[in-house]
Amino acid sequence: MADTEVNGSKQGTKKKKADRWSAGVIPYAEMGYWEPDYQPKDSDILCAFRITPQPGVPPEEAGAAVAGESSTATWTVVWTDRLTAHEHYQAKCYRVDAVPNTEGQYIAYIAYDIDLFEEGSIANLTSSIIGNVFGFKALKALRLEDMRIPLHYVKTFQGPAHGIIMEREYLDKFGRPLLGATTKPKLGLSARNYGRVVYEALRGGLDFTKDDENINSQPFMRWRDRYLYSMEGVNRAIAATGEVKGHYLNVTAGTMEDMYERATFAKEVGTVIIMIDLTIGYTAIQSMAKFARANSLILHLHRAGHGTYTRQKNHGVNFRVIAKWMRLAGVDHIHAGTVVGKLEGDPNATAGYYDTCREMKQPINPVKGIFFDQDWGSMPGMMPVASGGIHAGQMGDLLHYLGEDVVLQFGGGTIGHPMGIAAGAEANRVALEAMIKARNEGRDYRKEAQDILKAAAKKCSALDVALSTWGDISFNYESTDMPDVVETPTST
Amino acid sequence: MSEAPTTRIRFGMSSPGQKSAGEGASEEEPASEEQTLPPDARVDLAKERESTGIDEVFESLDADLVGLTPVKTRIREVAALLLVDRARAQFGVSTSTPNLHMSFTGSPGTGKTTVAMRMADMLHRLGYLRRGHLVSVTRDDLVGQYVGHTAPKTKEVLKRAMGGVLFIDEAYYLYREDNERDYGQESIEILLQVMENHREDIVVILAGYKDRMDAFFASNPGMSSRIAHHIDFPDYTLDELDDIGKLLLRAEGYSLTPEGEQTFRKYLENRKTQPRFANARSVRNAIERARLRHASRMMTTDEAVGRDELTTLMPEDFLGSRVFTEANGEKSNSDPA
Amino acid sequence: MRITQGTFSFLPDLTDDEITAQIQYALDNKWPCSVEFTDDPHPRNVYWDMWGLPMFDLTDAAGVLAEVNACRKAKPEHYIRLNAYNANYGKQTVALSFIVQRPSDEPGFRLDRQDAHDRTIHYTLHPYAADAPPGRRYNGQQ
Repeated sequence: MADTEVNGSKQGTKKKKADRWSAGVIPYAEMGYWEPDYQPKDSDILCAFRITPQPGVPPEEAGAAVAGESSTATWTVVWTDRLTAHEHYQAKCYRVDAVPNTEGQYIAYIAYDIDLFEEGSIANLTSSIIGNVFGFKALKALRLEDMRIPLHYVKTFQGPAHGIIMEREYLDKFGRPLLGATTKPKLGLSARNYGRVVYEALRGGLDFTKDDENINSQPFMRWRDRYLYSMEGVNRAIAATGEVKGHYLNVTAGTMEDMYERATFAKEVGTVIIMIDLTIGYTAIQSMAKFARANSLILHLHRAGHGTYTRQKNHGVNFRVIAKWMRLAGVDHIHAGTVVGKLEGDPNATAGYYDTCREMKQPINPVKGIFFDQDWGSMPGMMPVASGGIHAGQMGDLLHYLGEDVVLQFGGGTIGHPMGIAAGAEANRVALEAMIKARNEGRDYRKEAQDILKAAAKKCSALDVALSTWGDISFNYESTDMPDVVETPTST
Repeated sequence: MSEAPTTRIRFGMSSPGQKSAGEGASEEEPASEEQTLPPDARVDLAKERESTGIDEVFESLDADLVGLTPVKTRIREVAALLLVDRARAQFGVSTSTPNLHMSFTGSPGTGKTTVAMRMADMLHRLGYLRRGHLVSVTRDDLVGQYVGHTAPKTKEVLKRAMGGVLFIDEAYYLYREDNERDYGQESIEILLQVMENHREDIVVILAGYKDRMDAFFASNPGMSSRIAHHIDFPDYTLDELDDIGKLLLRAEGYSLTPEGEQTFRKYLENRKTQPRFANARSVRNAIERARLRHASRMMTTDEAVGRDELTTLMPEDFLGSRVFTEANGEKSNSDPA
Repeated sequence: MRITQGTFSFLPDLTDDEITAQIQYALDNKWPCSVEFTDDPHPRNVYWDMWGLPMFDLTDAAGVLAEVNACRKAKPEHYIRLNAYNANYGKQTVALSFIVQRPSDEPGFRLDRQDAHDRTIHYTLHPYAADAPPGRRYNGQQ
């Protein structure tokens, strides 16, 4: 608002700079979207944006512009603002920090009043906060790094259909990570061959097998046939082991009607778990979360497509924010990185994602890339899933980085075993149990991991072969997205 | 027909108490068996002793407990025995686990519980006990109210004390001479079983007045024979009580004027002869009451007070006690501190 | 067959020393332990019989192992498992659960299939041992 007093001296210098107008920016800061004295309320939704302003645009103005465009503002002053309690609805950029060691990037902190959002709607939340602003000309790039969802707003969402505790009690599996595998090859198997892979992997020792994200209902295998053969495999494996097991039946489809039809059938054939892809959209995810809770189905989410907007450091949405939205939306499982596998994942950033999935309270932690205290109330946690290029030989590191409440998915590391799928599964299970046992005995399991695995392999030829096949394979590429590890943030 | 228990196949499950043999962990772990020393080797006992850190226990015993010379001597003897046992084991001389169940007899306030705690700590440092905690109980914790109640209660207490010391205060209440069907007997039998079979898991200390404990042992020969160490805690002398008082005052940040010291000693002299005297505990109570009187005195002073006034107890802070009036022939039923 | 419920079923059966180490891990985490037994290993048989109440406030594993052994002695042909429970806010569930005794012979399960509509099949899992009444299931032993 033109009549709002804004940080006098800085405004004074800004007004002299005519080139600021040439980039097509109007002075949002002067309209009340820059308010350095603002004290965020407990009920405010807070965002940390990484902004890269165009040359000549001061960072405060850029932050104010983001605040404005993601809340009440448009490019010019409108008289109809005067018909509202506009100051209440304005988002406020209240702090801008330069990113250390990175020229031209800033972290802008913006507070939004809770009244700006519809209760229990990820679609509304995201349309507001990332709706328009990412294409904004005044900015070269923009990234949503983190969000503080106030407990008031958390409580308007269903949250995970079951959560980690209920999942473990339902599966009767405690004290160790769960094991899974994605059926391979991803495409082309007939339903009958597909069910064979499910059966072999589960009877060998895995807890779960999984459809891949792009296994929906293609000409080579229609969904209903896949469900029937997969469940034959699951039930045979349960009878062979006396353990509860499951196969994530992917219900992703072109319409909600198709998804409900598939999920309903999945329930009828007795699966414990179904699966959806992130590509179905936030509203569809929330709908399936309601369905999953109402029908006793664990809900697995594959984060298909997220790499298009989560990976680049200067533009997009950080995965920790996606993870927060998905916990609110109500999924039980979410892929969250492996650290050691073939896909992107810095150890500290990944630890931050895992905390977001599992913890009740998250304190600010710059090393893990957590910008705000987040209180989840008593909303259950999601089971993070580690998938992509991991194998039994990495078990020590996996347990160290990812902890106990996690699904470790060894696709190639199970199905590619020279002695067969069941042997691959057995190798993974033996390696896991041996590592947990050693950890509980107080051994330095990470340092002694290879000794622990070799000792276990003496009594398990499947593990022995797995170690000699993959023992020294690792994926050591530098991560493109690491937290800035801000030690002493410098204010601009 | 089932097979005889001894030959029954257990799928590799070891029988109770059996060490991991051949299977499982043994191959994963590097040989942790200590090498037996050659017969002509020498062992530095002083160094061994230093490595256990038991001297800290002795120091804290000396610092915290005035007097008790026979008790402290006995504790040092036990420590010496265990140290020598360790040295003998290094030469491969096998020794059976020594019996360390004890009885502590003496009047209230003579330091039995404190010594039991230090004993637990010392036995832990010497490797005799795995944890070194103390679980202190009385009859009510062990004996139930109805049929079938006692065994679970006693077993639960024993399980809690495993790895440490079970301290049973006024243990003679477990046995009721006048009632053969008292549930206490059941508790005693379970205790005896565990004292015999779980020597490496638990040390049991029975505590109480000497005369009553003697009577208890006389009627329970099984218990008596399983207690290897009878340690008597003598009543404190007047000088010792005086020292205890000064120790406590110093710890609380108080001092006495020379007149105060005289009054305090007179107080102890009187208190010692009166009923329900509880040695160190009575000294502590006396000081607590004196602190109250001192505080009231401070509050009624109109002038500003300094550090000296706030930390010095005067004769009148003790003289208000009934101990001085009762010394003149009056009687009361509560602790006249 | 070998039932693979529990945290360590894919390893050789744990020795008493190995069980003690796991119990101690639980106690060091302030997790109370409990012993349970059953002769119905159906994976949906959640409520095994309790061998006494959960053991709270213990410091050392010896007391828990003594109960494991007492249960083994009384139920030599039952499945016995050791549970550790985490009562902390946010958990409040079993933290560790593993089998410490199996019957000498594990006959396993029969999978019954019932054809239903449109090629669907209803599956029922039936433990062979459950053909005998409780208490007479494994080698006729308790």
